[in-house]
This record gives sequence, structure tokens and C-alpha cells, in this order.
Amino acid sequence: MIRHTWTAVRLFVLMAILAGFIYPAIVLGISQLTMAYQANGSLVHYHGRVVGAKMIGQSFTSPKFFHGRPSAADYNAAASTASNLGPSNPALVKEVKASLALVLKQNPGLRASQVPMDLVTSSDSGLDPNISPQAAYLQVPRVARANGLPVSVVRALVTRNIHGRFLGLYGEPRLNVLELNLALVSLVKSNGS
Amino acid sequence: MTIPGVVGILVLTAAIIALAKPVGSYLYAVYDGPRTWLEPVMGPLERRLYRWTGVDSKHEMRWTEYVFALLIFNLVGFIALYILLRIQSVLPFNPQHLPDLGPHLSFNTAVSFMTNTNWQAYSGEATMSYFSQDMLMIQQVLSPITGLCMAVAFIRGFSRKNADTLGNFWVDLTRTLLFVALPVLLISALVLVAMGTPDTLLPYAHVTTLQGGHQLIARGPVGAFESAMQFGDNGGGFFNVNAGHPFESPGAASLIFQMMIGVSIPVGLTYYFGKAVGDTRQGWTILAAMMAMFVAGVFILYHAEVATNPLLAQLGLHGPNLEGIDWRFGPALSSFFETLTTAVSWGSTAAANDSLMPLGGMIPLFNMMSGEVIIGAWGVGLLGMLAFAIMAVFLAGLMVGRTPEYLGKKIQAFEIKMAVLAMIVPTFVILGLAAWAVSSKGGLAGIFNPGPHGLSEILYAFASGVGNNGSAFGGLGAALPFYTWTVGLAMLFGRFAMYIPALAIAGSLARKQTVPAGAGTFPTHGATFAVLLIAVVVIVGALTFFPALALGPLAEHFQLWSGHVIGGGK
Amino acid sequence: MAVASPTGRVAAGIPLSVAVRESFRKLSPRSMVLNPVMFVVEIGSVFTSVDAVRYVIQGHTSLFSFTGQISIWLWLTVLFANFAEALAEGRGQAQAAALRSTRTDTVAKRIAGGRSARIEEVVASQLRAGDRVVVEAGDTVPSDGTVVEGTAAIDESPITGESAPVIRSAGSDADAVTGGTRVISDRIVVEITANPGETFLDRMIALIESAVRQKTPNEIALAILLAGLTLIFLVVVITIQPFAVYSGHAASITILIALLVCLIPTTIGGLMSAIGISGMNRLLRRNVLAMSGRAIEAAGDVNVILLDKTGTLTMGNRMAVEFLPSPGVNAGVLAEAALLSSMADETPEGRSVVELARSQFNVPNPDTGGAEFHEFSAETRMSGVDIHGRVVRKGAVDTVTAFVKDQGGSIPEEFIHREVQRIGSQGGTPLLVAEGDRILGAIHLKDVVKPGIRDRIVSLRDAGIKTVMITGDNPVTAATIAREVGVDDFVAEAKPETKLEYIRREQAEGYLVAMVGDGTNDAPALAQADVAVAMSSGTQAAREAGNMVDLESNPTKLIDIIEIGKQILITRGAMTTFSVANDVAKYFAIIPAMFVVIYPGLRALNIMGLTSPESAVLSAVIFNALIIPALIPLAMRGVAYKPKGAAAVLRNNLLIYGLGGLALPFVGIKLIDVVVTALHLVSLHA
Repeated sequence: MIRHTWTAVRLFVLMAILAGFIYPAIVLGISQLTMAYQANGSLVHYHGRVVGAKMIGQSFTSPKFFHGRPSAADYNAAASTASNLGPSNPALVKEVKASLALVLKQNPGLRASQVPMDLVTSSDSGLDPNISPQAAYLQVPRVARANGLPVSVVRALVTRNIHGRFLGLYGEPRLNVLELNLALVSLVKSNGS
Repeated sequence: MTIPGVVGILVLTAAIIALAKPVGSYLYAVYDGPRTWLEPVMGPLERRLYRWTGVDSKHEMRWTEYVFALLIFNLVGFIALYILLRIQSVLPFNPQHLPDLGPHLSFNTAVSFMTNTNWQAYSGEATMSYFSQDMLMIQQVLSPITGLCMAVAFIRGFSRKNADTLGNFWVDLTRTLLFVALPVLLISALVLVAMGTPDTLLPYAHVTTLQGGHQLIARGPVGAFESAMQFGDNGGGFFNVNAGHPFESPGAASLIFQMMIGVSIPVGLTYYFGKAVGDTRQGWTILAAMMAMFVAGVFILYHAEVATNPLLAQLGLHGPNLEGIDWRFGPALSSFFETLTTAVSWGSTAAANDSLMPLGGMIPLFNMMSGEVIIGAWGVGLLGMLAFAIMAVFLAGLMVGRTPEYLGKKIQAFEIKMAVLAMIVPTFVILGLAAWAVSSKGGLAGIFNPGPHGLSEILYAFASGVGNNGSAFGGLGAALPFYTWTVGLAMLFGRFAMYIPALAIAGSLARKQTVPAGAGTFPTHGATFAVLLIAVVVIVGALTFFPALALGPLAEHFQLWSGHVIGGGK
Repeated sequence: MAVASPTGRVAAGIPLSVAVRESFRKLSPRSMVLNPVMFVVEIGSVFTSVDAVRYVIQGHTSLFSFTGQISIWLWLTVLFANFAEALAEGRGQAQAAALRSTRTDTVAKRIAGGRSARIEEVVASQLRAGDRVVVEAGDTVPSDGTVVEGTAAIDESPITGESAPVIRSAGSDADAVTGGTRVISDRIVVEITANPGETFLDRMIALIESAVRQKTPNEIALAILLAGLTLIFLVVVITIQPFAVYSGHAASITILIALLVCLIPTTIGGLMSAIGISGMNRLLRRNVLAMSGRAIEAAGDVNVILLDKTGTLTMGNRMAVEFLPSPGVNAGVLAEAALLSSMADETPEGRSVVELARSQFNVPNPDTGGAEFHEFSAETRMSGVDIHGRVVRKGAVDTVTAFVKDQGGSIPEEFIHREVQRIGSQGGTPLLVAEGDRILGAIHLKDVVKPGIRDRIVSLRDAGIKTVMITGDNPVTAATIAREVGVDDFVAEAKPETKLEYIRREQAEGYLVAMVGDGTNDAPALAQADVAVAMSSGTQAAREAGNMVDLESNPTKLIDIIEIGKQILITRGAMTTFSVANDVAKYFAIIPAMFVVIYPGLRALNIMGLTSPESAVLSAVIFNALIIPALIPLAMRGVAYKPKGAAAVLRNNLLIYGLGGLALPFVGIKLIDVVVTALHLVSLHA
């Protein structure tokens, strides 16, 4: 029995070195050497400064930007979290009601039935970078007005930025809000100049 | 339900089934075959490891010795992890200067990662240094391996006859690490990084957002970690929200890749089982029963999720339940993933299970309550399923007019005693601890959602603990001392009080003579047996947990849909 | 079975009134604790009864009515289970009593030691193994023993119920005598083989009486499972209360107990011992005495059975099936000569020749006046007759040829060679018939397969059992008969040790082997076999070695035994499956009834549309109680077993007892609810 204990300790140490140091070191080395962009978090640069990470959602509240989904984490990318509100929880109804009121207020002329669920419910990660095409389209009039752009141009921008399902089957058609807003900013710039 | 959603689910299911044979054949080569193609690389390393650690690879162990070796190995891992978590602040690779963990949380976490539960009572990015994450990863590599060893030893109980021994734990352990775990981990980590998962030692990134706000973006050596967490069906995420975090699963493709690597060993194990006992139909039958229950679960969950929550419909909204679901996955893929990671004793989540619709949330809950036999993680699921097969054979097997036998082994009092013990454990632990929780201040304090949903949260926590799953209804205050200790206990019982009896069964079966199958033997392959097996799993699970479920998810569902306001609860 | 045996005669069992009294007596906790499942029900009944009394004292009339009725049905559940057991035990006890009455205290004539051969009279109970006693016509055999001197006809009817006397003689394979039987003719000397209390009769009585207490290995395993399930359901029901309190409303203790009783496997728990006992009784009724329950269970598991050719598969004797005239001889002439030669031959073979000649050739009865018959003797090895100057002989090929040569006749060598070969290859034996110096032809004697045996072999094969024929014949003959009977394998030129080797070989491959044996040289094989049926006519050694004794000494009984063994297992499995499957419906009756107060939405789970919570709970409890007596007849009779492949049997039984077990209670509980509602037995307030 002592023999087995001694074996266990030695084997654990050796295996920990293999699994805990050699393996991640190889992964780290190869990743940093060959895929540094992804390996460091797919950071997005805009005019020389880092404005975010490609797949991490960020907070947009200004009417000039397309807005993302409500976030239980308040888009704090160092404290991801979901709301964890249960479907029968009155607090859920309250939150959704508030989100809906905000959407309706920011985008006048809409009816509740036109608002897609993703725009009034919070995501799992609290960092959801995506919204549905429907959620983007309903913001077009507001965004166009706020940026002084023709609605048709903004609508076309949205359409251009829609990503389809993976293999046509998985996930949902979606837009990356950061990507969309970056494109929007460029559009505004090019229109303004 | 959408057409791409339904087709996507069916295609993924087919893809999972297609994994069984190649993976199973490879496992057979590792444990029973002459050699694998990795022999030239790993062979010398294997022999060197034996030499350095004094392992006699020819030595055969009885089941008791096998269990002892397994336990002592787990204990060493537990102690190492506990100590390192307690002194995290003085250890290197801590760019965020995170403090030491307290005793409750260290105990809970060390147990959790040793038992392959990976229940996380902490938030990864806010609690663990890169070094601690690495220590957790070591357990995420090693603990599933010990699970797989148990299954391999268990299967030997069937494939051997008139034998006293079940193999050598050290050899099984070493071969699994070298020939199964490390090669796959390395490749899948790089694939994940290529798809967008970070792998860096740089500190968290400070960015000024497009709108001008400030955002701190947590990152780290996620690629290697994610690979270990998913391939080993651990599910102990780098970040708090686990696979739902965009860095862990940047998109549907990445999530599907993670599903495939995670499910590969459990599914392949069914084929390995058939091959090892000399009749691949046995393995296919088990897999068929598993997949039938799995697909049914996916569709129930998916169906529940696409219905508009009646409370939100009152606000004039309509559409699927998207609370707690990231849009890049959507309802279909999220349903598939949540069902899969609870069918497999895995526990990775890509959606907030607490926010699933009542019947939707009941699927992961039931998957775990039924012992996670539907697919099961590395080893332990198949083990549980075979225990159910023994039960099924015993209950119904008499009806062919022979005393019960499974794969030629007579099922007698000792096997039944052990199988009953293994069956009683989850019932006692889940119901007993949940009853304690709802009657104690400490337990009630952790409830986040009121009414029947609160009971579901508690049931889910203990089901997850005892099933060594690790997923949670995240609202529950898992970090409260009451839950760190009770869930810790549940995890220990779930792992050891269930699987030690299983290995005792294996030890007893190996000693028995094998009765060759004939026209008079109870057929344990084919549709009849698959249906019987499903019936036993579902009925035993349902009979045990129906009252609790009736007051949890079922009550919530019927109240929600019959227009009753949520009453009761505290 | 034409003859009513003592065991069969009393199988009708004890009067119902006695069984009813017994079921009350069994309520004593000391006896209930042996059956944990029913013990839990009894404790539950006590609780609800106390509650009922409390309610009546407090004046809660409606609560009392409900709780009172639940209590009554819970007590009835226990009583029904006790009744089933009492009924089955009663049969065994009646059998034991019948047997005990045959054990009279006879006086034995013991031969005193030494050479004097003096005979002293002692009471039978003083005889010890090794004593020698003299038993004469009219005496009762005082104890079990072996005939060491003489031959006698013995009436075994007191034990076996067979009225035909049997012959027991020293040195033969039939030399064992049983205490309690009676010598009809002649005088024998018997060496006693059993000490007092250990005789066959003693053991038989003890066995029948103890049938209740002995559990077979499978019963033990099942009992563990049932206890485990009971424990699980206990935890399930106990934990309901905190959950209910959390949800806002404590559940009624009466309903919790009702739920517990409905969930734990009372059906199989109540009937398990009845199934086992009545299975043993069914064997007894066929005059088979199993020395242990383990042996009966093993019978169900048998994969291989060894059957002796002679007496088991074929009639004991060869029969004439064909006359083969020599070239130039009329078949009628041959038949007439054959008949003539067999007129005085009383052996079955001789009878069969006469029979064949009469039926095939209508040979009239010859006038045998003045005939001189020659009986078969070891020297001549021929039989025949000298009549009216004709000398007719029949016998084995070599002796008849020698006889004809002696008479100066010629031998049709080519004919004899060809026919002898042909008959031999068909598994038969040739006899030659000669008249004077002429060989008239041959008689084909053949083993005749017992009627119906072929079908039974086929059904055994369908049930996955391999049949092996054991014979001393040469391989060619053996192969022919094996083909004709349809056995899967045969062992030719078998010596006593061949059987043992064969059994060992099969067992090494994991098979369970059954065999029948009678002689002393069968004893090692009997001891080795997993199911060994000894003929009660066999030697003492054989009887000791076997784990079952067939009182009728009918070798085909082995097949019956296997079927009964399977039947017991099937019945037990069917009731277990049924019992567990029943629970689903009971949940759907009780859970909504229990929780609808807390969550009205749960009314949706009341899929049977039961009238009110109280009527739902009461109906489930009544169903749970009534199903026990409803299944008593099936438990006693056993589920019908048709030898078929296991897959087909399983599918069938799963449909009937699994699916049926799921569906039936839904219907049953609904019907009971309709009655409960109509009679206004409880509050119908939803």
C-alpha cells in the first residue's frame, strides 16, 4: 500500500508536468507564433487604438450606434454573467418590461409585437456581441436619423453585415454589433468628408 | 422550431453516432490491441514513466487493489490542488494579483475537479490566477482519465472469466494519458485557438470602446484550458459563464467542435465495450438506447424553448425564450448543447440553465437525476448504463425463464446488492440534501428565483454534484458555505459511493464463468432490449424523482401555462 | 398423471377458513419482519389507524372517514399478502401431514451381529446405518436401505402413489428400498443406509415443511432489490414533506403513507413466497421431490440435458418392424414361421413379432397342440418350436446360421450380408428365422422412439436447450436413432465414466447440465451434474447423488422439471415487472391529488380525470390492495410457459406484464374511482 502511495505521488508529479506545463507550453508557443491575433484575444484596432475584442460585446447606448442586447454583466468583460432569472420570476418580467420600454422609447413608432426577443432579453454571457437582423433593422430609422444618413443606406449597411448560419444549419442569422458600428462609423466618415 | 434547427439537430446526432466506431476501435487498440500508430512516439515515454515511478506493468490487480490505487491517486491530486489554491497569491502567473482562496471554496473546488464534476462555486476570471487555472487544468486532464480507467476495468469484468484481476490501474492511467488524452488535447487546443479562443499569458486588456467607454477584457491561456475542459467532459470553464463566453466559444462552429471532441470518448466507449466483450451489437444497442433518449431530450428542450413565455406574451412580445441564450447559438444549438452536456456527465454550459423554460430546464435536471447514463462522461456514464442494464436484466430477465445473466455472467445477490447501493446513492444524496436545504436557513438563503423554480435550483445543484456534472442553475448561491460543503459531499458520494460498488461488481463478474449465449438466453442486443433499457432508465428515474419534479419544474410549467400566478415558495 | 399420489391428492390444500385465520396470525411483527416490503405496509397501517382514531376522538368526521377507509385498505393489503402465503404454505403442510401419516412405527427384524444370524425385533427408529434387517412379504420396510440379498415385489404407493408394485433385487440397479414401503412377495435382506431422522421420508417431510423458510439464490437477490426499492421510496416519500412545506403547504400524513404503500413493490413482495412454494408444489404434484430450491432454479437455467436412449427416448425394448424374406421365400411364409417361433416368447420383442405378423399378414393363430417350445437360453441363444414335424427357430444371425449349417442347409450369404448391414445402418437389430435347413429370412428389430418425444426435443431446442443422447450402441446405430429422435448430439458406446466426462466438458464451457440416473455407476455423474434427477427406483447411491428424486421413475420427467423451473422464474419476473410498472399510474393518481392545493395548475397531471383528491388516493390504495388477491391464482398456477426462443418469450411477456402493468392500473384506478364516486365513500370535493 505504501508502495502504491509512493507510485501515486511520483506519477502525479510527472503527469502534472506533462499535462500542466509541457502541454500548455506547446499550445502557447505554437499559438503565439502562428496565430498571435486570435491567441491574444482578437483585439480590434480602429485608427491605431484598441477599441475592443471582435467577439466580445460592448455597451452601446448612444442613439448614433446600433445597440446590442441587454447585459446582466453590463458588458464587463472581466465578470461575465447571465441574469439567471427564471421564466416565472416576476423580476424577469420587470426587467424585460423595462428593456422593452427603453427600446420603444428610443425607436418611436414601434409596437411591442415588432420587437424581437433578443433585444429585450439578456444573454448567457452578458457579452453577446450579436443581435438578430430584425433587431438591427428596427434600429435603422433611429441610427439613420442620429447620423444624418439616408435610411436606405443604413438599411443596406445592415443587410451587408448579416452573417448566415454555420453550414446553413447552426446558430441564427446575426450581426456583430461592434463590426456593424465600425462599418457605420466608416460610413459616416466617408459621407461626411 | 425551425427547419434548420431540426435538421441541424438530426445531422449532429448522426455525426455523434458516426464517431463511435473509429474512436472505439482506437480505444480498443490502446487497451487491448497490439499497438497504436502513436507507439513510436509514446512507447518509449510510457516505458520511461514506468521505470521512473516503479510501476510493474505486468502486475495484475484485484478490484480492491485497483480501487485503492485509483483512490490514492485522486487523493494526491486533491491535496495538491487544495494547497495550491490556498496559497495562490504567492505563486507565479498571477498578473491580476488575485488573492488566496478560502477553505470552503478550496475544498469545494478541489473536490469538484478531482471528481471530474468541475462545479464552479467561483467566477473563473475574478478568482483564479493563470497558475491556478493551470492547476485546475491538470485535474481536468487527469480526473476524466481515472473515470475511463474505471470503465475499462469494469468492462474487463465482463470480458474476463474465471479471473481474479481487472488489470493494472497505473498502466491504464498512463496509457490513457499518453495515447488518448495528450495527442487529442494538443490538436484540439490549436483548432480552438484558430477559431478565435485566446491563448496568452498577457494580462487582461484595457480598451476604450468605440463609444468611448472603458472595458476590461479578461483573457489568458484559454485555448489549452478549453481543450482539456471539453475533451475530458469536465466543463470547468475558464470564465464564469463557461462555454457561453465568446472567448470560449466564439461561434457555432467552435461550439460544435467542442461538442464533438467532448462526446467522442463516451460514444466511442460504447463501441469499445461491444468489441471488448466480443459482440459489437451489445455496444450498438447501448448506444442506440442512449441516443434515443438523448434526441428525445433535445427535442423536448428545444420545443419548450421556442414557445413564448406566457408572462412575456402578456407584454405583447412573442418569440423563443432568449433569456440566458447567446444569439450566435440560438435556441436549437443551445438546446442541443445543454442536453448533451448533462447527458454526458460534462457540465459545460453555453446557456443559462436557470433561465430555461420550466420543461426545458427539467431535461438537463432529469438527465442528471437518471445518473447521466444517457451518454455519460469518460467511463462513468457507460458504467452507470451497464448498472442499469444489469437492473433491466434482473427485473425482466427472469421473464425468459432463466436466472438473470448479462453477457453470460449470472447476476446474483452480490451484484444486485452493489447495484442497489449505487442506485440508492443519488436518490439519498439529491433528495436528502435538497430536503435539508429547503428546511434550513443556510439552504434557503441561496435560492435566487422564487417559488417552484427555487426548488429546481436546489435539486439541480445536488443532481449536478452527485452526477459529477458541474453545470448549475446559476442563480443559486453556490459560494455560500452551506452549498460549498453539501455540494462537495454530493460530489464525493456521487463519484466514490457509486463507482466503488460498480468496480466490486466487476471484480465479482470477472471471477464468474461465462455462460455462452444460446437461443434460450436473454438477448441483450436489438430493439427489444434497447426499449427495455430506456424504460428502466426513465421509469426508475421518474419514479424516484417525480414528486420532487412535480413541485419544481412541473409545478412551474403548469402554473405558468394555466395562467396561475406563481404562489407558494419563500 | 393417472394415479393420484398422496401429494397430489391433498394438493387442494387447506380450507380457506384456515388460510384466513393464518393470515391474521401472520400479522405478528415477528413474522412480518421477514418480509420487509409488507412490514413497511403494516407499520404504515398502524400509523394511519392511529390517525383515524385521533380524528374520531377530535370529532373530524370527514377526515376520519377518509383516513379510516385508507387504513382498512392498507390492513387488507397486508392480509391479502399473508393470505397468499398461507394458502401456498397450507398446501405444503397438508402434503407433509399426509406423508407423516405413512411413517408408522414399524417393528424391524434385525439380524444380530456375528455369525449366528439370530433375528431380534427392534423398533424401526432404533435402526442405524449398517444394520441388516429381514423383510418378508407383508412387512413394511422399516427404513431406507439397499437390498443385499433376494428379490422382492414392493408396493411403493404409500410414498409415490404408484399402485403397480416394483421389483427390487440385490445387486441390480434397482436395489434401493424406501422406509414406509411394503414388501408384497418374497423375502429380502436389507442393509439400512440412513440413521433415524435422515431417511428419505424424514427429509421429504422436512423439505415440504421448510419450503417457506428456504429462499433460493434468485429469491434472495430479488429480495435485496425489493428492499432497496422500498428504501428508495421511503426516502422519496419522506423528503416530499420538506418540499411540500417549502412550497407552502404540508402534505397529509395519511396520503404520504398511502403513496408509500402504493409505490413500494407490494404486489411481488406479497406474492413472492407463494410463487416459490407453489412452484415446489407443482413439482411435487408431478411426483418430483426437489432436495433444494436451488435445484429448481438451476433447472430453469439448464443448457444441456443428457438423456439415456433406452427407456427415455425409445421404448425400453426393440420391436419387430419388418419381415425380410430370403430370395425365393414368400413373405407370408416367413411371417407365419416367425409367429410360430414366437408363440411362447413372452418378451416384448417376441410379442412384437407376433403383433407384426398378425397385423401385416393376417396370420391366423396357429394350432399349437402337441408343440414343443424352445425358450431362449444363454446356451442356444435361439427360441423356437417343434410342431407337426416342423422345426422353426429364430435368433441372432450367427447362431441361426450355425443351426442351419448343422442341419446341412445352405446359407444365402449375399442376402444375409446385405440385409444385416442395412438393418444395422438403420439402427436396428436383425434376427434370422429358419425352418429346418432353410433360412426363411430376417426380422428387423428396431428401437422404437417414444411417441411425442420428437416434438419435445424440438421444443427444448427452441428453448435453447441442447439434448444429448447417451447410448451403449455403436456409433452407426446411435447416429441413426439420434437422427430419428432429433437430438442435437449423441454419445455412442458410452461407458459409465463417459457421462461424467461429457458433463465436465460442457460445464467447463459454462453450460449447466441436467441428467437422469438410476444405477450406482451413475452416481458420480449425478453428483457432477447441475440438475440431477435420480429415479426413486434407483440405487441408494444414485439417490444420494441427485438433487431431485423422481418418485415415478419416469425419465422423461426431466423435461417437465425444466419447464416448471422456467415457469417459476418467469412468474417471479412477470410479477416484479408488473409491480414496478404499476407505480407510474399510481403517481398520476396521487401526486396531483396531493399537490393540487399548492399548485392548482398540477390538475393537468390528473390525466385519469379522478373525481377528487380523496377519491383518487383511495382508489389507488384499493387498486394496490386488490391486485394481490387478483394475482394469487396466477402466482399459484404460474405463468404459462411455451418453449420458444428467449427473444420471443421476452417480447411476449414484456408486452403483457410490462406494458400491461403500465396500462392496467390506469383503467383499474379509474374504474374504482367511478365506484368510489358513485358510493360517495369519501369527499368528492375537488
